[in-house]
Amino acid sequence: MKRVYTKEEACIGCRLCEVHCLTEHSRSKNIIKAHKKEFPRALSRVLVEELRPVSFAVQCRHCDEPVCVEACITGAITKDESGKVVHDEEKCVGCWTCVLVCPHGAPRRDLERKKVAKCDLCPDRETPACVEMCPNRALVYEER
Amino acid sequence: MKTYQLPEVKIERDKDRCIDCQVCVRQCAFEAHIVDEDGEVYSEDEKCVACQRCVSLCPTNALTIKDNKPFVKDNANWTAETQKYIWKQAETGGVLLTGMGNPKPYPIYWDHMLLNASQVTNPSIDPLREPMELRTYLGSKPDKIDIKMVDGEPVLNTKLAPQLMVKTPILFSAMSFGAVSYSVCEGLARASKELGTFWNTGEGGLPQNLYEYGPNTIVQVASGRFGVHSEYLDAAAAIEIKIGQGAKPGIGGHLPGEKVGAEVSRTRMIPVGSDAISPAPHHDIYSIEDLSQLIFSLKEATEYTKPISVKISAVHNVAAIASGIARAGADIIAIDGFRGGTGAAPTMIRDNVGIPIELAIAAVDTRLRDEAIRNRVSVIAAGGFRNSADVIKAIALGADAVYLGTAALVAMGCHVCQMCYTGKCNWGIATQDPYLEKRLNPDVAAERLFNLVRGWSHEIAEMLGGMGLNAIESLRGNRLHLRSIGLSTEEMDILGLQAAGSPMA
Ligand code: SF4
Ligand code: SF4
Ligand code: SF4
Ligand code: SF4
Repeated sequence: MKRVYTKEEACIGCRLCEVHCLTEHSRSKNIIKAHKKEFPRALSRVLVEELRPVSFAVQCRHCDEPVCVEACITGAITKDESGKVVHDEEKCVGCWTCVLVCPHGAPRRDLERKKVAKCDLCPDRETPACVEMCPNRALVYEER
Repeated sequence: MKTYQLPEVKIERDKDRCIDCQVCVRQCAFEAHIVDEDGEVYSEDEKCVACQRCVSLCPTNALTIKDNKPFVKDNANWTAETQKYIWKQAETGGVLLTGMGNPKPYPIYWDHMLLNASQVTNPSIDPLREPMELRTYLGSKPDKIDIKMVDGEPVLNTKLAPQLMVKTPILFSAMSFGAVSYSVCEGLARASKELGTFWNTGEGGLPQNLYEYGPNTIVQVASGRFGVHSEYLDAAAAIEIKIGQGAKPGIGGHLPGEKVGAEVSRTRMIPVGSDAISPAPHHDIYSIEDLSQLIFSLKEATEYTKPISVKISAVHNVAAIASGIARAGADIIAIDGFRGGTGAAPTMIRDNVGIPIELAIAAVDTRLRDEAIRNRVSVIAAGGFRNSADVIKAIALGADAVYLGTAALVAMGCHVCQMCYTGKCNWGIATQDPYLEKRLNPDVAAERLFNLVRGWSHEIAEMLGGMGLNAIESLRGNRLHLRSIGLSTEEMDILGLQAAGSPMA
């Protein structure tokens, strides 16, 4: 399956991926409204790790053997036929078990809504928002 | 004491649009954007150099950088800029430093030349349907050739001097590793290979990882002799002796120690952190005869397999100097006009020394023709080429090819803020800071350079076809295809041009 891969040597730590991920997962999908008018604010599902000059964006790896799926107490996280690891917000009770077990620190706690927010590879787009909006081609979406 | 001065620019942030994402804060190496304890972003205008990095990356288009020229009472002599320079020097007692090329409003002769096109009598050529030759060869051509017949086939009996074959008459100018980042060098090298042209190491040596691009590399031997050794010469397609540079004729170079990190140190063969000083003259060249010795030492060292170029800045006596260089045995003469860029130059020199490349090309071509030695050298013109029309006009004036420097940097993201000498280039170009250098992804750099030259080459092919020509070599020095507009008779005389409206002679 296609995954998002980071090219650490090209990541400049601008965090535009986070801005556009948040926008994509907002209700209005309008960058200004999403950040200034929507409460609770949507959460970015990609997180840039940085220790200058090194930086890279981390999001769910959609693991072949996802420990989060095994660990989730309500069955909110599943691996679908395409290989994508999907999270069902309806079922999520905010116990943070997946947050504890994920070796990549991918699921994020949405404290306002008591739900986990996790990369869904932007189902409404052809290319995930972070990949498309990165100004230095530090993210690629490809089959490896 | 603090000298109070109005900042050059004003940073305007539209608070209705700003989402406090701090992208601008992270992008500005000059620290003009700051975030306060509450996570709100604000700016300090006096730190901004107007590089437009934050404006380009702000995701909500909330930023504008505005000119903040103070109102000075009408005075052509004591302009705001003149006053600012004086204040600066009154405060520091130093030399004014700057980057890039001469920004003064001297005449741009390209904009006073018009190209010809065919109508009816010699039909124009459609480059999409018919062959169009942009390829040319740079190097010394023989006075005559001798052909003998072998089994009824003609065979060249004259031994030709080594030539550089370029698929388009556009090469990349010397920009040294150290002054520019490694990503720039890699971008230039990769684009050159794709395009079938050449890039030039400048005086910074050839980084080890780029030796594979040697066949598309011109290496420089400059007055500091940085990074020159036998493998360096062997790796290259041609060698260029750098005498002068258009932005600062008569002046040497100085790469500050802060820019000499491990990789630059290894490539230049100097200790980490030491200043790299290129003297103004080569200390072994005081005459054309001395130059000839260096040319032939380099030819000997590379067994006469590579053309040797000599690069000079366009100065008042450029035609006579070029004639001397041709007679000294050079295969190529590169001439850099006063609009050529640089990483760092004293402002007064950049703005006041040298002559426009247009006049220099015409003067050199005329002189070499008059002396019947034009065939002995190829002429590469440099210094502020902005578009394909400038390039084709240069060729019609008498150049064999051109060097692009600033245009190549602009293609890679440069916004000509002239802060190259600070080493803090926000676009990852004129910097050695690993955090800033990452901002130029070599993949992107190579692609953008390739696109630019491809676009210009297409346009050149179109214009050539329009003139009824099918080869760039047929245009070289063919000044009848140019007409001047709005020039004095002296200028027309030097350029060898007739006025627009005068018939084909
Ligand atoms: S947008 Fe691209 S360069 Fe910027 S932080 Fe994200 S991955 Fe890195
Ligand atoms: S959340 Fe973590 S463990 Fe689960 S699939 Fe994504 S990366 Fe793998
Ligand atoms: S980048 Fe634009 S939106 Fe983000 S903090 Fe700066 S001005 Fe505001
Ligand atoms: S120096 Fe460049 S990045 Fe910094 S505020 Fe000015 S324009 Fe923006």
